[in-house]
Amino acid sequence: MQTPPLVAQSSSVLTVVPPPKLTAKKNSTASAKLSVRLRNGFHVNSNTPSDEYLIPLRLTWTAAPLEVVDVTYPDPKLEKYEFSEKPLSVFTGDFDLMTKFRVPATAPAGMQVITGRLRYQACNQKECLPPKTLEVKLPVDIVN
Amino acid sequence: MICCRWWAAGLSLVAVLSLNLISCGSPKAVKAAVKAEKDRKPAPDFTLKDIHGRDVKLSDYKGKVVLLNFWATWCGPCKIEIPWFIDFEQRYKDRGFAVLGVSMDEDGWDSVKPYLEARKVNYRVVIGNDQVADQYGGVSSLPTTFLLDQSGRIASVHVGLVSKSVYQDEIEHLLQTKHSSSGGGARRDANAAPGGAK
Repeated sequence: MQTPPLVAQSSSVLTVVPPPKLTAKKNSTASAKLSVRLRNGFHVNSNTPSDEYLIPLRLTWTAAPLEVVDVTYPDPKLEKYEFSEKPLSVFTGDFDLMTKFRVPATAPAGMQVITGRLRYQACNQKECLPPKTLEVKLPVDIVN
Repeated sequence: MICCRWWAAGLSLVAVLSLNLISCGSPKAVKAAVKAEKDRKPAPDFTLKDIHGRDVKLSDYKGKVVLLNFWATWCGPCKIEIPWFIDFEQRYKDRGFAVLGVSMDEDGWDSVKPYLEARKVNYRVVIGNDQVADQYGGVSSLPTTFLLDQSGRIASVHVGLVSKSVYQDEIEHLLQTKHSSSGGGARRDANAAPGGAK
């Protein structure tokens, strides 16, 4: 199987750096880092937003034949904006998301590409952009 | 003689400066923010459902000054404006003014209804869609607010959060323009009793 081209998946304000190939051993766990770059002046809600109406950042995977153990988000920043009475729980700048996968013993050896979906909603001090979902391709080499 | 010429020149300069100062005052600034009548384009018409499932047609508001606000429950800056719009609706509704909110929430009334109820929104709100957003240039960020004149033309556009006084000045300006130019002629009133959340 061919490795997908290393082109950053991006929207107008948020870019995901293409993750390098993950080598994962059968019957073990492996972690993949996803690096996110957010345009200066913008923020996205963290995975635990301060308000029930705010849309959280969320990374999900269609991981078969791997299984997702957990996704670890960075510690959010509490930032006060012109439009908010209270500080908001956000991510800004560059940050990483870690995903821990379990590789079943029955997983077929060889190259696979699994797909992640990063959903987020970005704002700056004055305006908000509609929620978006970026697709991320992770090449995985399953070895015995 | 030379002294008199300098005195006259000085007086002229003062007069010109005074006129400039007067013209830089707030009424002129508001005029600058509101497009000249000849430059206004008709607001694209649409029909969308309100919270009661009734059709709301924008063209039914012809004859009123309309604040058309594209917003969403997930939009922080939009949240700040809502109390302003509640105030405008209450303050100006008897002078031929209405606020119409167009929510761009993907899940529609599931999010919007409790949000409006919690904030006691007194103006009409409809659920928007991509087609209507495209008619208005895509509405790529929120809030995006259009002020429409009594003829249903776009008099001003604001993308992002602006101050309450900007809207207030423009509304006043458009309402006053109506009184001076059209003299309160026949209008097709929207039978839109306010009460978005009711």
